[in-house]
Amino acid sequence: MKAAVLQFPGSNCDRDMYMALKNAGADVTMVWHKEADLPAGVDVIGVPGGFSYGDYLRCGAIAANSPITKALKAHVERGGYAFGICNGFQVLTEARLLPGALLRNAGLKYICRTVDLSVETTDSPYTSAYTQGQHIGIPIAHHDGNFTADEDTLDMLEGEGRVAFRYVNNPNGSKRDIAGIVSENRRVLGMMPHPERAAEPAHGNEDGKHFFTSLIDAVVSA
Amino acid sequence: MKARVFVMLKNGVLDPQGAAVQHALGALGFDGVNEVRQGKVIELDLADGTTEATINEMCEKLLANTVIESYRVELL
Repeated sequence: MKAAVLQFPGSNCDRDMYMALKNAGADVTMVWHKEADLPAGVDVIGVPGGFSYGDYLRCGAIAANSPITKALKAHVERGGYAFGICNGFQVLTEARLLPGALLRNAGLKYICRTVDLSVETTDSPYTSAYTQGQHIGIPIAHHDGNFTADEDTLDMLEGEGRVAFRYVNNPNGSKRDIAGIVSENRRVLGMMPHPERAAEPAHGNEDGKHFFTSLIDAVVSA
Repeated sequence: MKARVFVMLKNGVLDPQGAAVQHALGALGFDGVNEVRQGKVIELDLADGTTEATINEMCEKLLANTVIESYRVELL
């Protein structure tokens, strides 16, 4: 199973994502944003958290137009797996690979703490190792994590079971407590919380580990 | 030629920063501020002959996120 983690100027969770994928059994390559092509045979692309391009213009907006993002779009169009965590989620929405947008937190503050999430569907390559409705503690660290979309889009996401995670106690004003969503084919996921920060014993919490083991299992058995 | 692009959150999209500014104006004693919406202004210095259609395309592709924002172009 081959994974690539994209690096933009200002990415700062890239190495955490690398380790989480590697510990789950993936062969991981880091890919700089100026590359036009992904390494041959990549199955999964991870878009990490951080502050790509200093969050200039809008969070994720510049990264969504980076050379490597064209390759990411082509990978997704071919039915490839891709996931974005935190700033990576913002990049995926800005690139229109996922619906909706992330606004400034309703309370205007940057929030950094572990929050409870409810696993809303196990029918995805990222959540199959959890149980439906399971509560997991995952760290958040964001200023712009307030998920929004129009009512029709929200209804569609819920109707198609595409809400992957919900906040148990909404920290940021996200519509319908949404913390993470998947694409129509369920292979693209975006979420604001950081499972890669709760993925090994030294983190003091391994609730995020199953996110990566689910993914590796899904790709290997696909 | 120059153009100015005004980008605002769409009506109906919650603007927490605008709400905070409104609250701060109230705290300063300015009564009667019913609502504050905060946006941004982007000034473009463009090659002569750049069409408004091209500027609109710049807005659609990058300067505004039309999922949540609306934009208006002013040629100077």
